[in-house]
Amino acid sequence: MPDALLAVDNLSAWYGEAQALRDITVTVREGETVTLVGRNGAGKTTTLRCLIGLHRQARGRIALGGREIATLAPHRRARLGLGYVPDDRGIYATLSVEENLLLPPTVGPDPWSLDRIYAAFPRLRERRRANGTTLSGGEQQMLAIARVLRMGARLLLLDEPTEGLAPVLVQQLEALLLEAKRQGVAMLLIEQNLRFATAVADRHYLLALGQIVDELTSEQVRERSHQILEHMGV
Amino acid sequence: MNGTLIAIQVFDGLVKGSFYALLSLGLAVIFGMLRVVNFAHGAFYMLGAFGAWLLAQQWQVPFWAAIVLAPLGVGLLGMALERTLIRRLSHLDPLYNFLLTFGVALAVQDAMRLKYGIQGKPYMPPEQLRGVTDIGPAFYPTYRIFAIVFALAVCLLVWYLIERTRLGMIVRAATERPDLTRALGVNVDRWVTPVFGFGVALAALGGVIAAPVYQVTPVMGADIIIILFAVVVIGGLGSIAGAVVAGLLVGLIAAAGQIIEIGGFDLGRYENALIFVAMAIVLLARPAGLFGHAEAG
Repeated sequence: MPDALLAVDNLSAWYGEAQALRDITVTVREGETVTLVGRNGAGKTTTLRCLIGLHRQARGRIALGGREIATLAPHRRARLGLGYVPDDRGIYATLSVEENLLLPPTVGPDPWSLDRIYAAFPRLRERRRANGTTLSGGEQQMLAIARVLRMGARLLLLDEPTEGLAPVLVQQLEALLLEAKRQGVAMLLIEQNLRFATAVADRHYLLALGQIVDELTSEQVRERSHQILEHMGV
Repeated sequence: MNGTLIAIQVFDGLVKGSFYALLSLGLAVIFGMLRVVNFAHGAFYMLGAFGAWLLAQQWQVPFWAAIVLAPLGVGLLGMALERTLIRRLSHLDPLYNFLLTFGVALAVQDAMRLKYGIQGKPYMPPEQLRGVTDIGPAFYPTYRIFAIVFALAVCLLVWYLIERTRLGMIVRAATERPDLTRALGVNVDRWVTPVFGFGVALAALGGVIAAPVYQVTPVMGADIIIILFAVVVIGGLGSIAGAVVAGLLVGLIAAAGQIIEIGGFDLGRYENALIFVAMAIVLLARPAGLFGHAEAG
């Protein structure tokens, strides 16, 4: 597939003796948004951690823009355009809001400027000198995503960005991700919120027990949402 | 007890405390970035003092040059230690590096003792700083006042570097979340050796400043390292501000112990015990130290 930005091929991962991922094969095309859907413990977070290089007990091929990255250190992968937003948001308490934004190097051709970020999130400008973790949970989530947009990442790895957010913030997040998408940023998104997932994403991989069990379009997810929710145990 | 005695004790406490501050600052920076409790820190302090003394003995290098050259040399030595030994153990339990640096401290100390003997070597303050200065209630050695001011100025400079520069930001981020910082594209490992060298150089700088105050001996590092761990625990492991404040505090506690008598019972002989009582009290009230945060992740 020539237009694959991310090509994950037969990725397996372990925690000690226990196998967490079995032969995961996932593709994200240029500018595409793809979700990983599945119940807790299915291996979604482990998949993202393998992609960025934080989980080392793994085997398989990972190509970003045609380049093999599975053996690279995490910082090298990030510099090739991966923007990682962990499930706990990863905001530094000892860094100010602005320092949180400025910590990663800019890596892509089209990084968001501080001005653009502050225009989109006036609240971050107001609080830019405050310590990162003094922000509310929702604000921290926006900050974490703004941080990787400022990097100019080509592919965002988002680990459940809507978790714990109030509905109004979920709407803001949706608008933000759609804006990034219009700009051509690709995303691999872990999401339990199917309405949100189908609003921002193009395709969906269903994960169960560390394996990809199905690949669906947004249309199919909407049609089968009952069945999927049941599967996820929600 | 009179005003003169109290003033002198307070200043003596501040002198001691500013050495503690300088050294525990280096320990804090190293611990933050490497998660290594550097037991060899006292040995590097001793090497700094010996460096100044040797430079003066062998090549008549003046104090003002030694204050730059000795920390630089000892800092490079520290970088070599990190590159050759500490790095090899960094993926193992932190206890291994604790034992390694403990061993290095013993080896360095005994090697120096074999070569130079146990007897203290006097090191004169620079000409400009000899004599005494009027501090109001008493006269006080000018050099010691310089030592306080200089050490605190260095602490302030380090604070500025860590809080206000890009490199400092990377050190803070790597201290808080090393893995996440890597995942955000920062080459954390590139800074490990320089940061270790920097922390070691601070210890050596403390040694150079201490040389004219105390005698230069191979065991001066072993004496200070035990106190330093009390300072670090009181301040909060890895906290920059905590290192400085706790350093000064412990210096003052030690000095106070020397003049306080309770019912004819002279506390001065129990100076070190007093420090550890203070440590125990802090641990009971605030287990993470005065400036510490409960460790995240």
